[in-house]
Amino acid sequence: MSRSAPEVTVVRTSTANLASVVAGFERIGCRVRTTADAGRVARADRLVLPGVGAFAAARGAIASHGLEDPLRERIERGRATLGICLGMQLMATGSEEAPGTPGLGVLDGVAGRFETGEQEWRVPQMGWNRVIPARGCTIVPPGYAYFANSYRLTARPAGWEPVWCEYAGRFLAAVECGAVVGCQFHPELSGAYGALLLNRWLEA
Amino acid sequence: MRPASTPSVDRAVATMLPVRIIPCLDVRAGRVVKGVKFKGLADQGDPATLARAYEEQGADEVVVLDVTATTEARRTRLDTVRSVRARLSVPLAVGGGIRGVEDAEALLEAGADKVAVNTAALRRPDLLSELAARFGTQCVVLSIDALRVGGDAARTGVAAARAKERPDGAADDLAVDAYEVVVRSGTEPVAVDATRWARHAVDLGAGEILLTSIDRDGTRSGYELPLLRAVREAVEVPIVASGGADDPGHMADAVRHGADAVLAASIFHQREWTVGRVKEALAALGVGVRP
Repeated sequence: MSRSAPEVTVVRTSTANLASVVAGFERIGCRVRTTADAGRVARADRLVLPGVGAFAAARGAIASHGLEDPLRERIERGRATLGICLGMQLMATGSEEAPGTPGLGVLDGVAGRFETGEQEWRVPQMGWNRVIPARGCTIVPPGYAYFANSYRLTARPAGWEPVWCEYAGRFLAAVECGAVVGCQFHPELSGAYGALLLNRWLEA
Repeated sequence: MRPASTPSVDRAVATMLPVRIIPCLDVRAGRVVKGVKFKGLADQGDPATLARAYEEQGADEVVVLDVTATTEARRTRLDTVRSVRARLSVPLAVGGGIRGVEDAEALLEAGADKVAVNTAALRRPDLLSELAARFGTQCVVLSIDALRVGGDAARTGVAAARAKERPDGAADDLAVDAYEVVVRSGTEPVAVDATRWARHAVDLGAGEILLTSIDRDGTRSGYELPLLRAVREAVEVPIVASGGADDPGHMADAVRHGADAVLAASIFHQREWTVGRVKEALAALGVGVRP
């Protein structure tokens, strides 16, 4: 790998999708390191907050490693940060999945479960869905992205550019604000589309 | 290719994501193999090379199944998963011989996105809850290998037990197809109804059902449609249809009977169809696919 390979730091709070996230960045030529250290989270040039599984458990892991303040601070300062799937929801105010457990609160909104009503929508949403960025988006492209989620945000948070998607109603596929991006879908599993997004984020 | 069996698109299809086309790599000792009705294995190539080729053709996901369960084989399997992950940028599900949370964790750390459990979950259903609590339901695939029991066979086993539970003791259930769960790579039938097991497993934490018909596996005679319909009516999680695909017409039939994704091996390994051509044919049949 060349000396100019961009370096990406991935927060290591759970095992589930860490390997895929690391491989996703390695495939596009990045040097990747994983960490649960608050200092490294604060200092990293480019930080990824992945996450799958339960909201409360992931939130607890962030707290137990003392990562809340460094995460909040870097996001508020607009330093390059990418939250993936549950990692995006952790940026929000909270989730119906874990009432009473606050999120990081940098993204105004509460994640709720897909409301399927009498329709035959499958939950979890598992598969490729078409995402449509608002005009102000510069990192998330339009196209098909891979989702695996039961909860999602539905309202545009103030100060963020929304990327929309439809599944049992409209929901937020992603948000972006400068170099800070939250993706409900998995760019690391979204083929060429996902690689384009990750490359754009590296250049932001 | 056959013409579409039904011109209309039913409600289930209207509320779906694009149907996922999933090539399946059956792996033994680091090589892709394929058998008929779970027997007679023949070498089909290197897993990472094939997985990458299928992604380039348009595969929406890849499944690796390796049921060899010796310690040595498990190490080989982790190497296989790592090598596939390094080259594959679409989701990877891995199944076979997963006995506990530690096995699942090792596979996820090697680069799997989902783990498919079968025999161990039937022996100890709490495994599903443990996996869901630790990794999330979207990580937990329940793999069911189902065998049709009907006619004279229905007078014993699952169908008979089901009929006995009816208050009127009606015997007409015996004429209806029932499906029995078979574990240990299709070698050990257990007296468990496939539909009920699917529902119970979802209650415990399974986020997807990989549903294989042993009767159809490798026969290329089409998916077992009544099985799909029965499990579809029992659960709200996605269902991956497996066993018997020969052409896109079969896949369209599976979608119309409740499948959210279709898995196939032989037709891709033997290069009669690429994933891309399958998608074109499905689109022509009115089934939504990712372009």
